[in-house]
Amino acid sequence: MTNIEQLIDGVLKGDRRFIAKTITLIENDLPESQKTVSLLYPHTGKAHIVGITGPPGSGKSTLIQKLVEELRRQGKTVGVVAVDPSSPFTGGAFLGDRVRMQELSTDEGVFIRSMATRGSLGALAKATKDAVKVLDASGKDVVVVETVGAGQSEVEIVKLAHTIVVVLAPGLGDDIQAIKAGIMEIGDVFVVNKADRENVNKAIMDIETMLSMNPEREKWKPPVVKTTAIMGEGIIELLDKIDLHRKYLEGGTIDTRRRQTVETELVEAIKEKVAGAIVDDLKKKGILDKLVQKILEKETDPYSVADMLLAKRLKRLKPS
Amino acid sequence: MSSEKKIRVVVAKPGLNSHDRGAKIVARAFRDAGMEVIYTGLRQTPEQIVETALQEDVDVIALSILSGAHLALFPKIMELLERKGLDDVLVFAGGIIPKEDVPNLKKMGIAEVFGPGTRTDTLVKFIRENVRKRK
Repeated sequence: MTNIEQLIDGVLKGDRRFIAKTITLIENDLPESQKTVSLLYPHTGKAHIVGITGPPGSGKSTLIQKLVEELRRQGKTVGVVAVDPSSPFTGGAFLGDRVRMQELSTDEGVFIRSMATRGSLGALAKATKDAVKVLDASGKDVVVVETVGAGQSEVEIVKLAHTIVVVLAPGLGDDIQAIKAGIMEIGDVFVVNKADRENVNKAIMDIETMLSMNPEREKWKPPVVKTTAIMGEGIIELLDKIDLHRKYLEGGTIDTRRRQTVETELVEAIKEKVAGAIVDDLKKKGILDKLVQKILEKETDPYSVADMLLAKRLKRLKPS
Repeated sequence: MSSEKKIRVVVAKPGLNSHDRGAKIVARAFRDAGMEVIYTGLRQTPEQIVETALQEDVDVIALSILSGAHLALFPKIMELLERKGLDDVLVFAGGIIPKEDVPNLKKMGIAEVFGPGTRTDTLVKFIRENVRKRK
């Protein structure tokens, strides 16, 4: 096995094989993965991270292919992380996002990686974040993260982006309803793709109406862009809006976003480490089983047990 | 390598042929066996297939070919894999490939060739028994 220093060195030089190996290491959460991320961390923070989300069939992958082509024309290097669900039954996954992006696969300035959602929500968000860090550290100017915008885990993943693009298509009216609670609130730029279809204007109006009802938190007013990705129409305009948002962030808001991202990451890391250590300890001493039994017999409940454990530990930490 | 590491497979269709039913059935079978399958879609060049394998850091490449161009395309794929340091990836093929070509293909590093009528569980078993052997 290649050692960590070699991996890091390769990533920083932009070597594709080392980038790929490092993402695998992180995805598999091997013991070396934490150290790898720690070593890469100082080299991150340069890329503009763009999250692309929206319901299945809205044309995200095709849109990304065209966006990346245009970014390449502008001389920028790009990393793409495409997330697709794992089967909850077999743990397997069919990762098909590349099908629409294969023309990019031999371009030296582009690195595409497909990721399956695998285990828990938290674990996925972490692996994706770290994969983005690898691509960021490798020197990519822009890193695109693609996820299906349904469900909380996707909202979690996409929150790591600086600019969030929500892709919708005409005739998906009910989908807008279904996802509005999460995605409609976090989108920075909205796209109505497949604009050669009927009812485009209705879709745009739906979105604008929905947006007008969002509470105003920032000065940025999310624009709605029409695209027909397959024909390459509207792509330049969309990139302009993404760039405009980047400039808006750099005007001051980016520090707030970075702060939020780092805070979330820290809180997650604390939860994982502290809770993990406590649970491991309880398991090792055989206490966990006994507590579960007590709860099963209705002698107590999970929250009271957690309170009790916390109180015990806090007491132990205090001097005297 | 940890034993719980997921098996990642690229299912690729090299060359000019648009019949992908077989490839999709195989991809689905691998998914159902708990593997992560990256599907490339149709009409892939050797360069695209090898780059995909590299970026996705796969353990296996499954090539589906019906066009008869295997003797032209497969050597190119194997050569590129070696040049890029991916010679530890398990490569096997399926589709319409004449028996007399099989020894040649094996000589260039294709681990096995499967014909029509092969059961998907045979393929899954083959992968499990042969993956990461050469690491």
